[in-house]
Amino acid sequence: MKIISQKKGEVDLLLQGNEAIARGAIEGGVIFCSGYPGNPSSEIIETLAGAANDLPIYVEWSINEKVAMEAATAASFAGCRALVSMKQNGVNVTSDFLTNLTLSGTKGGLVLVSCDDPGGISSTNEEDARIFAKLSGIPLLEPATPQEALEMTRWAFELSESIKNIVMIRSVSRLSHTRSNVLIHDLPDLNPKACFDTGAPFHTFPVVSKHRARNEKLNTAAELFENSPFNRYDGPDKPDLLVISSGCSWNYAMESVKILGLEGKVGIFKIGTTWPLPKTLLAKHLKTCDQILFAEETDPFIEDNVKSFASDLGKGVGLKTYFGKASGDVPSCGELSPACLIEIIGNIFGISHKNRSYRDKISALIKNSVPPREFGFCPGCPHRGSFYAIKTALLRDNRNGFVSGDIGCYTLGIWPTGFSQVKSVHAMGSGAGLACGYGKLEQFGFDQPVITVCGDSTFFHAGIAPLINAKFNSSDILLLILDNSATAMTGFQPHPGTGITAMGHSAEPVDIEKLCRSIGVTVKEADPYDMENTAGMIYDLMKKSGPRVLILKRKCALVQGREGGFPYRMHVDQDKCIGEVCGCNRYCTRIFRCPGLIRDEQTQKARIDEVICVGCGICADICPQGAIIQEKIDEPGISTSLPYKG
Amino acid sequence: MSVNLIITGVGGQGNVLASQILGKAAVRKGLKVTIGETFGLSQRGGPVMSHIRLSKESNAGPIIPPNAAHIVIGLEPLEALRILEEYANAGTVFIVNSRPIYPLNVIAGEVQYPDIEWIRSVISQSAKRLFWLEATSMAVDLGGPIMLNMIMLGALCSLDDFPITCRDIKGVLKDIFEESKLELNYRALDIGESMISSIYN
Repeated sequence: MKIISQKKGEVDLLLQGNEAIARGAIEGGVIFCSGYPGNPSSEIIETLAGAANDLPIYVEWSINEKVAMEAATAASFAGCRALVSMKQNGVNVTSDFLTNLTLSGTKGGLVLVSCDDPGGISSTNEEDARIFAKLSGIPLLEPATPQEALEMTRWAFELSESIKNIVMIRSVSRLSHTRSNVLIHDLPDLNPKACFDTGAPFHTFPVVSKHRARNEKLNTAAELFENSPFNRYDGPDKPDLLVISSGCSWNYAMESVKILGLEGKVGIFKIGTTWPLPKTLLAKHLKTCDQILFAEETDPFIEDNVKSFASDLGKGVGLKTYFGKASGDVPSCGELSPACLIEIIGNIFGISHKNRSYRDKISALIKNSVPPREFGFCPGCPHRGSFYAIKTALLRDNRNGFVSGDIGCYTLGIWPTGFSQVKSVHAMGSGAGLACGYGKLEQFGFDQPVITVCGDSTFFHAGIAPLINAKFNSSDILLLILDNSATAMTGFQPHPGTGITAMGHSAEPVDIEKLCRSIGVTVKEADPYDMENTAGMIYDLMKKSGPRVLILKRKCALVQGREGGFPYRMHVDQDKCIGEVCGCNRYCTRIFRCPGLIRDEQTQKARIDEVICVGCGICADICPQGAIIQEKIDEPGISTSLPYKG
Repeated sequence: MSVNLIITGVGGQGNVLASQILGKAAVRKGLKVTIGETFGLSQRGGPVMSHIRLSKESNAGPIIPPNAAHIVIGLEPLEALRILEEYANAGTVFIVNSRPIYPLNVIAGEVQYPDIEWIRSVISQSAKRLFWLEATSMAVDLGGPIMLNMIMLGALCSLDDFPITCRDIKGVLKDIFEESKLELNYRALDIGESMISSIYN
């Protein structure tokens, strides 16, 4: 049995924020869980899927966030508790359903977890999904610690059931990926019976009266929030500065005030129930202080709502000085940190805390000698081969063509590791959607060939619709499906093409090639490790018109490393590599940029970094002198990464 | 008692696993532990940093305040150097593996990887103590570069006054690794431990 599914509580465990959310859901009686992978949310469903062997719960990776949301809602409509998790981008995808769902209402407790990514640590944006709580009329809880993430998730089901509305929990990367002591509680006895009451339908009509009912639900939630243990105050009765904070920022504010020695002067009001605001409680605190600082990520969500509320209260709370994103005292974008809040609060009180002399000393010693670490495809990654072939084909074609990119590891194609071939990246499936448009621009003088790329998981998520669109409208698109048989970027979660479900059951794989053929488009397949042949196929397909698909099939190198390793031992023949006199201008290290192939500063020649190289062998073809040698090995080196017992 | 520890390195070096194991050992000892992990795109060659905060009293936040690290474990020398100004202070103890992993922009010849002896001297001048270990080569001899994180954990646990011992770590390993992997990992911990004690003595 997994630790996470143990029945008995009152045990102190080291849990990640996302694991705490999963445990909170189990303690809250969840029976149906769904989601789509996306950092920093992925571990929630993975943890629940791991627990599904021990507990009577169902867990799935859905094809996208909207379907995940709808599937979980079905469980709620049938009277069961359900959880759906996603990253902030996913909330956009599901928002159409969400905005109607809050009018129709729900039955069994239904909880949406959005894990946002302030700073865009592993995202294309740093969107603040809290705005959807206000937009769609959803009560919103924001945990500050893994323990609170557990407590809030557990309680969110009760809240949802009591007001018959979905409840949203908003985490951030820094919480989802923080581990700390978490005290777990006993699990409830589950005996769910799913049944849809045909006498109580769920729809949005009549719209205005359903809208009114939704507003009343929010008022009820706000009343419950007034006495919530998730809101707390630390500090003097009449502080000189009141910090209103939520989520991880609360930790930073608490520590900063302590470091600055301002515990006697600064009060910290932590809001865990972020929407709708608990107004009586808030008014009580606003009356105690005329200087207010907002510490939240990423948008001024609480800031705007508190200011609007304070203006309603008018003279009742008096005139305030606000320090926030609007005033410029708090950065309007990026993550907050203790460093950031020490500086902001220090500035308000005229205190400098920085260890200036130490920092100046280090800065003088180091100057600009620390190079940044550029992102790159892993050694052995098939995407390196794919983009090399794309680059070769585009050069050969010579019509100023480019790549319309998409979301996945291959987004890195915007950088030198993908030979900077990708010229646009937005949302899941947008590469092919944009290509549909480029494919119809010829009549307006557009004469550049466009190649669009999309991974296998992304194709299932949002790539099929644009391909059908291209067929329907006879758009000239060339879609390269970079099929590495994995949702690699987020941690190798299964998808419809992998033949396995989240709970580890086998499922007949959806065949991408057959699916494309059924749409009626040209479909070819190639191996991205065979770069020359792949480049030739891309080049030939570029000359054709109409919708075309080329599937570049090769397993993710990290998966291959675990499943049996690679067949070659590589070395650079130091006699054949002639260094600077070659005229290749260090082609292998300067252009190909595999981290396993490095340049020896002493000999001025290329060599293999035996600690990094996995032995995929694709670089053997790129040296004009044929100095990169692949030697077949009898027993491929299985990756020595250590498997967990449980 | 409170300890702020940073483990910094590059994706694939086993940073996250090492901090988890350390964290589990600390929880078993009744300590309050918070580990902030920054990995992002780490698996694609980026930096990975874990902030591990141990306390007898209460759980700290996930990010160590500026210049407040007591101990830094550098799995890679450039990454140890990178965090010096923001997190270290004159009292910080460093344990650094000497083996570079070259960034792609260095491999491509666009930027220079600083001279390794220079890195060693800068850290040494800026820290209370620097333990400079040739841990990758020890890991390779033992079974593969992946053993590096356990060697470094072994070294960490042999520091004077560090609240977790190699024995505590072995207790955790026993529960999470397969039987067949245990002996190798125990040996890695012992190697780390002996590297430090040979310097101390």
